[in-house]
Amino acid sequence: MKRVLIGAAILLVIVSCGQKENVVKLGLVAPLTGDVKTFGESTKNGFTIAVDEANAKGGINGKQIKVYISDDKNDPTEASNAGSKLINQDGVRLLIGSVSSKCSIPLSELCETMGAVMITPTSTNPKVTIRDDGSRKAMVFRACFIDPFQGAVAAKFALDNLKAKTSAILYDVGNDYVKGLAEFYRDNFTKGGGTIVAYESYAKDDADFSAILTKVKKENPDILYVPDYYNKVALIAKQARQLGIKSVMMGGDGWDSPDMIKIAGDAIEGGYFTNHYSPDDPRPEVQEWVKKYSARFGAKPDALATLAYDATSLMIAAATKAGSDDPAKVRDALQSLQLKAVSGSVTFDSSGNPIKSAAILRYTRTGQEYVATVTP
Amino acid sequence: MSEEPKGREQEAKCDQAAGAGSIPPREDGQASALGRVAPWAITVLAYAVITVLISTRMINPYWQQIIQFALIMAISGLGLNLIYGYTGQFSLGHAAFYGIGAYTSALITKSFPHSGIPMFVLSMFAAVAVVAAVAFLIGMPILRLKSDYLGIATLAFGIIVKVLFDNADRVIPKLGGSRGMLGIPKYTNFTWTFFMALAALLVIRNFVFSSLGRACISIREDEIAAESVGVNTTKYKTLGFVLGCSFAGAAGVLYAHLYSFLHPSNFDFLKSIDVLLIVVLGGLGSMSGTIVAAIGWTFLLEGLRVILPPQILDWRLVIYPLLLIIVMILRPRGLWGGVEFGFLKPSERWTQSSKSTN
Amino acid sequence: MAYFLQQLINGLQLGFVYALIALGYTMVYGIVRLINFAHGDVFMVGAFLGYYGILRFHFPFPVALAFAMIGCAILGISIERIAYKPLRSAPRIASLITAMGVSLFLEYFTSLKFVFGPNYLAYPRPFKLVTYQVGGVSFSTIQIIVFAVAIGLLIVLQYFVQRTKVGMAMRAVSFDKETAGLMGINVNQIISLTFGIGSALAAAGGVLYGVAYPQINPFMGIMPGLKAFVAAVLGGIGSIPGAVLGAVIMGVVETTTSAFVSSTMRDAVAFSILIIVLIVKPTGLLGAKGTEKV
Repeated sequence: MKRVLIGAAILLVIVSCGQKENVVKLGLVAPLTGDVKTFGESTKNGFTIAVDEANAKGGINGKQIKVYISDDKNDPTEASNAGSKLINQDGVRLLIGSVSSKCSIPLSELCETMGAVMITPTSTNPKVTIRDDGSRKAMVFRACFIDPFQGAVAAKFALDNLKAKTSAILYDVGNDYVKGLAEFYRDNFTKGGGTIVAYESYAKDDADFSAILTKVKKENPDILYVPDYYNKVALIAKQARQLGIKSVMMGGDGWDSPDMIKIAGDAIEGGYFTNHYSPDDPRPEVQEWVKKYSARFGAKPDALATLAYDATSLMIAAATKAGSDDPAKVRDALQSLQLKAVSGSVTFDSSGNPIKSAAILRYTRTGQEYVATVTP
Repeated sequence: MSEEPKGREQEAKCDQAAGAGSIPPREDGQASALGRVAPWAITVLAYAVITVLISTRMINPYWQQIIQFALIMAISGLGLNLIYGYTGQFSLGHAAFYGIGAYTSALITKSFPHSGIPMFVLSMFAAVAVVAAVAFLIGMPILRLKSDYLGIATLAFGIIVKVLFDNADRVIPKLGGSRGMLGIPKYTNFTWTFFMALAALLVIRNFVFSSLGRACISIREDEIAAESVGVNTTKYKTLGFVLGCSFAGAAGVLYAHLYSFLHPSNFDFLKSIDVLLIVVLGGLGSMSGTIVAAIGWTFLLEGLRVILPPQILDWRLVIYPLLLIIVMILRPRGLWGGVEFGFLKPSERWTQSSKSTN
Repeated sequence: MAYFLQQLINGLQLGFVYALIALGYTMVYGIVRLINFAHGDVFMVGAFLGYYGILRFHFPFPVALAFAMIGCAILGISIERIAYKPLRSAPRIASLITAMGVSLFLEYFTSLKFVFGPNYLAYPRPFKLVTYQVGGVSFSTIQIIVFAVAIGLLIVLQYFVQRTKVGMAMRAVSFDKETAGLMGINVNQIISLTFGIGSALAAAGGVLYGVAYPQINPFMGIMPGLKAFVAAVLGGIGSIPGAVLGAVIMGVVETTTSAFVSSTMRDAVAFSILIIVLIVKPTGLLGAKGTEKV
């Protein structure tokens, strides 16, 4: 069995080495299996809509887009292998991926070395585009905020608008997106004069938060900041309300999902979160997007799908602007691009991060409600 | 609950030992010059061929990475084989030592970024030393536990180590914690992995066929009997454990400098299970089996990635465990069943130690 | 004081859920010396069966619970027949690896879209949720249900194992399989029964877990399964009271460490305690000191 597979694999290496088609190759690396498969699926959906749209309009510079998808299981080694396969085996030079920073970082190193352009839709760790020594990875961009920005925005809103004095923070110790937001929120909240009364961590697989929530209840903070993804937040919110915690809950863009109310119910009512955009935003891009996604997938899009759509659109727009799929040219086009994306008007700064404003939204009993916009 | 049903266990263990670690002599005629030179010639040839293919880009960087990863898993697997296959100590925490080796060496090479290969070598020695020390310290108290309990204790240790990795950035920010540690210089290449794998193979082979190895095997076979004939079981169990974990540490060093990014999730207990899988699939107590299984397993997983069309990409991880179950049911002794490549077996000098014949 | 009691209740709730899972591990180990890694995933399937029972078939809660338990009993017995039975005379490690394979299969297969799907689903609570306050400590219908069901099942199990003929047969087989067979016990049937009961208990654990921590997904079984297994070993693997004791200790230690020491190091502390206990008592807290015949 092994030998058949090894043989087949070697054959594929040789066969795929010499293909030259008249297409533009676009790759996607996302967690299509594993415990965050649902995020990977959303990402893939957003990506697919963007590609199909572009192809329907004639593709990039007249060439159809050919899609190469690889799964990274939300594991850094797999992400590196998946990316390597797309770049070296399939000859892809334009990549979208991945979802979590721990996968995007090795992917970004690979893209940088091999000269492929990469846009990550949702990885927020600054290290994806900037190395430890401060130098920029020229080929790598992202479509989402970085942690420092969101954390600061949330803290400011809590202090100024919600007039909060005390806050508790719960974060996932093994997830650097959550940890990053928690840290920046904490730093900004304290700098602004507030007090952090509890800073508790949990692990990814935890489902029982009674211990740390009981701790939080004792302190009775004004705000409970839980910057995790909607599934965890829903769980924590429910247990918190069950225990009788009355604090206002706040979070980040991971809260954005049509499933949030489905899972959390009224536990999340009144919770605020920072996001890239609001689905109620009357801007035509947003309304079009929500309609498109619902028509195709039967549900409203969540933040991951939206960002994936934006990232892909950015890549396509850059390639079109550059008039070629040569990675260096696309890269330059991207750096100087300005696009009216769904999640806001996007331009990139020198670190490869998009300069866009953040929206503050609130969950009501039935959906999300727009509250305010914060510009950087 | 009760005494172990000794009869059945004993039988199974004997069968397991057959061919593996019990050392039947080679047939006559092995002393010929060709017989001794051939394996070396093949090794050198294999190395040469692959290196040429790499430099002419016939093997693209993707497959290069995969081949090296397979060899790294082989080194780690050889270590676990020594601990479990040859010494009979059921360890479920192998990935922890792999991780300690990786992080230690990465910390050193990152701290001295422009010192090149000599620093890499230094970091390797340092990493292996640290891993050996930790293995010794944890081994001392827990190696006296009996098989399944030892498994749990090592599993627990593995989890503790992972929690420490997650929080490491509080103590040494460079280690990154759950942010990951990036920017590790890429020193590993095919030459390094190939020769380290070769060295690992030679070390374990010489160990296993020496009196030290025989002591370890006797512990696996029947610890009480070994003790009663004067084998210092504590000493040899610890020796086997420390040596095996050191292999894992060395593999970790190579891994860190190949993928140049470390994240604690790379070293959780599921990864320990992966190595165990490779060792069992190859056949306990079979070095050749471990190497073949490591290469086969890696290529199977990647091969499935390459072959499967995008619509059913998520079936990759449904097919893989099904294959695993089928293989185990059909070949419970492992694919290689305790057989070694001929050239790995010793010459007639070691005849006396045969415990059972095939 | 009230705070401590509150945390204690939290810990006990978690501990009892672990106990239901741990029992399956310990019973199976006692009888075939197998660490059934797939057990945590049977727990997961149980939770999902309960979910579908309540939402899709509109069963009342006790019926949904029974539905999940029966469903998983069948699942457990099938797994045993298909994957473990052929390996009964093979080296034990082979069954262990197969168990790993079954575990992975259950996780990834159920996460396929046409099975359970990868999404995180909210668990329904088909009963009225009332919270009571007694002297600063709050507990709710959920805790009452968890304790009631868990303790009830434990009592039933204990009675079954100690006071019935079949229970005696189970004890005999786990003591000495060959001799029990010679005494006229149908060993295969008893083994299947053990798997069935263990899986049913895990399913109950799954439903209770879903009710208490109301979110499920195909990978939810990995960590609780691991912790329950550790609990079973802590208490002495093969011992039923040991499994319960170990599980309750794990639950309480986890919760109190989170509450009073540090939530980050919670797992490290729990597992360190395990290692220390094993060093002092190598066969677990209530484990029998096996004499080895030479």
